[in-house]
Amino acid sequence: MSERALPAPRGLDNVWPRLRRSGALLAFAALLLLNAAITPHFLSAQTLNVNLTQVAPVVIVAVGMTLVIATGGIDLSVGSLMAIAGQLAPLIFAGALVPVPTAAVGIALGLVLPVIAVGMLGWLNGFVITRYRIQPIVATLVLYIAGRGIAQVMTNGNLQTFDAPAFAYIGTGRPFGVPFQALLMLATVAGGAFLLHRTLLGRRILAVGGNERAARLSGIPVARVKRTVYALSGAAAGVAGLVTIAINGSSDANLVGMGMELDAIAAVAVGGTLLAGGRATVLGTLVGAAIIQLVRTTLIANGVPDAAALVVKAGLIVVAVWVQRQGARS
Amino acid sequence: MKGVELSGRERTLMTASRYGVVVALVALLLIGALRYDRFLSSFNVLSFLGYNSMFGLVSLGMAFVIVTGGIDLSVGAVAALGSVAAALASPYGIGAGVAAGVAAGLAIGLVNGFAVVVLGLAPFIATLATMLGARGLALLLAGDQSVSASYDSGFTLVGQGDLFGFPVPAILALVAFAVGWVLLERTGFGRTALAVGGNEEATRLMGLRTDPVKWAVYAGSGALAGLAGVVLAAQFGAGQPIEGQGWELFAISAVVVGGTPLTGGNGSVVTTLAGVALLGLIFNMLNFENGLGVISLSAYWQSVIRGLFLLVVVVGQAKLLSRSRPVETD
Repeated sequence: MSERALPAPRGLDNVWPRLRRSGALLAFAALLLLNAAITPHFLSAQTLNVNLTQVAPVVIVAVGMTLVIATGGIDLSVGSLMAIAGQLAPLIFAGALVPVPTAAVGIALGLVLPVIAVGMLGWLNGFVITRYRIQPIVATLVLYIAGRGIAQVMTNGNLQTFDAPAFAYIGTGRPFGVPFQALLMLATVAGGAFLLHRTLLGRRILAVGGNERAARLSGIPVARVKRTVYALSGAAAGVAGLVTIAINGSSDANLVGMGMELDAIAAVAVGGTLLAGGRATVLGTLVGAAIIQLVRTTLIANGVPDAAALVVKAGLIVVAVWVQRQGARS
Repeated sequence: MKGVELSGRERTLMTASRYGVVVALVALLLIGALRYDRFLSSFNVLSFLGYNSMFGLVSLGMAFVIVTGGIDLSVGAVAALGSVAAALASPYGIGAGVAAGVAAGLAIGLVNGFAVVVLGLAPFIATLATMLGARGLALLLAGDQSVSASYDSGFTLVGQGDLFGFPVPAILALVAFAVGWVLLERTGFGRTALAVGGNEEATRLMGLRTDPVKWAVYAGSGALAGLAGVVLAAQFGAGQPIEGQGWELFAISAVVVGGTPLTGGNGSVVTTLAGVALLGLIFNMLNFENGLGVISLSAYWQSVIRGLFLLVVVVGQAKLLSRSRPVETD
């Protein structure tokens, strides 16, 4: 090969990964433009708020999932953990679990304790995975199955209603006209991105996912890092569970978080995080979830049935992962 | 999912843990027979077999996929799609109904094979996508509601009829398991499937054709899930587009409880059947315990017990294996 031929392929090599990295963002922008052109009333505050409300719990869970996947793991238990958190909170308001002197204290405890409780269950996932060297998919399958049961058993499968306006604020509040859970979502994304890209723990997470043995040999406490990410994923699921019941105004253990694990994984995959671990982007996950949400909105707003939207979502995931794979090869 | 090479000693221990499942099953059956009057009544036995045959069919397909080191998350949605296709075709006779359900399942199975073998996607994400796609197709075909199956054509006999005093679905499942056993234990196909799960690269280098085997296991898993859908439609007299949620995870836990590790390269059809029976028995015995009036546990407890059971099994397996391996600590 002549010397002069070299720079061109190098330039192309640079362009392709960049395109791939910003591919999700480009797709998102294209979807926005398309909708602005064809979807009636798309550019309204109401459309924006409805979409933000629907996507927020998915994004909150998916941020935790991104951290787990970055270590090369997976967390199937998030939906069930959402249901547990959603069941605990109303029980705490009612003073059924811990003594609650005033209603305000009850609500404060109801916001904090469920998140801590399911965060600890998430930590248990990490413990089982690291202590017994069980594959993450099997270890978290345990809590996927048992967790839903635990949530249902708490009220014998019955719907719990509650009257706690201050709590409902996290689902229905509109500071500055923006849904509160959208702010919560952005805060979670910012926190997740900061943790992953700016802290020692973040570097360790990526090191563990990139090459676990090398990480261990270089003195990284692999087991502790893994337990931490599963605990964080559990806590994120807890927050999402509280948001979900606050939106609904009731807690239904049979439904809260159902199928959330797969929605979150899909958002992470479409967002460009490597499912094998070692490379992750929290912002990408936000974009991934937004793309999936926007595609659904586009189809439904234009009269396509929800079921067909599912098929399109399936195609979207395949294309996203395939593109990612092509990129990884080159 | 990467393959793990097992030493001879580890293989012996795996086998021991597998047959532990059979021992546990026999023990539970004995307890049941001694403790409950009607446990061995033909009504209980036959309804147990009829109901669990659907889970048996999807678990069998799952076992083959897992043996090759893959996973098939689409089976539950495929069963739903199969049930809708079967119900729609049922007025044209038993044959048409069965063929339509199985063909629908096979079609999705082939898509899975294409995504995994040709596109090279990770089985987890490829089948996650087809799970959404199959669910969407089922809802589209059914027009978002359940589709009644034809009683006049005799189609419902597939789910409700008896042959030689046994429920037809139980016979279907047993025949499928017998064929599965022969395929895995007595044919070159089975040996290649095991070899692919053990170490795909080495298998390819040995000159064995790995791609056709992978196509076949996904196609087979899809077809069996479709057949489970046929049974579902015939048993309940309707194609049910939203049924089958969580079946994939039930099937995975049945395979794991049956001593087949998710790492692939190792597996048994017989103990998978034992795994299905064990998980089914937990529910059955819970009902009897409630009937005795000693305890009063709602049906929701079955998820909790199944989850704990899965945990005990996988931790037990891991402990057996970890004797010859270092444990991950901080």
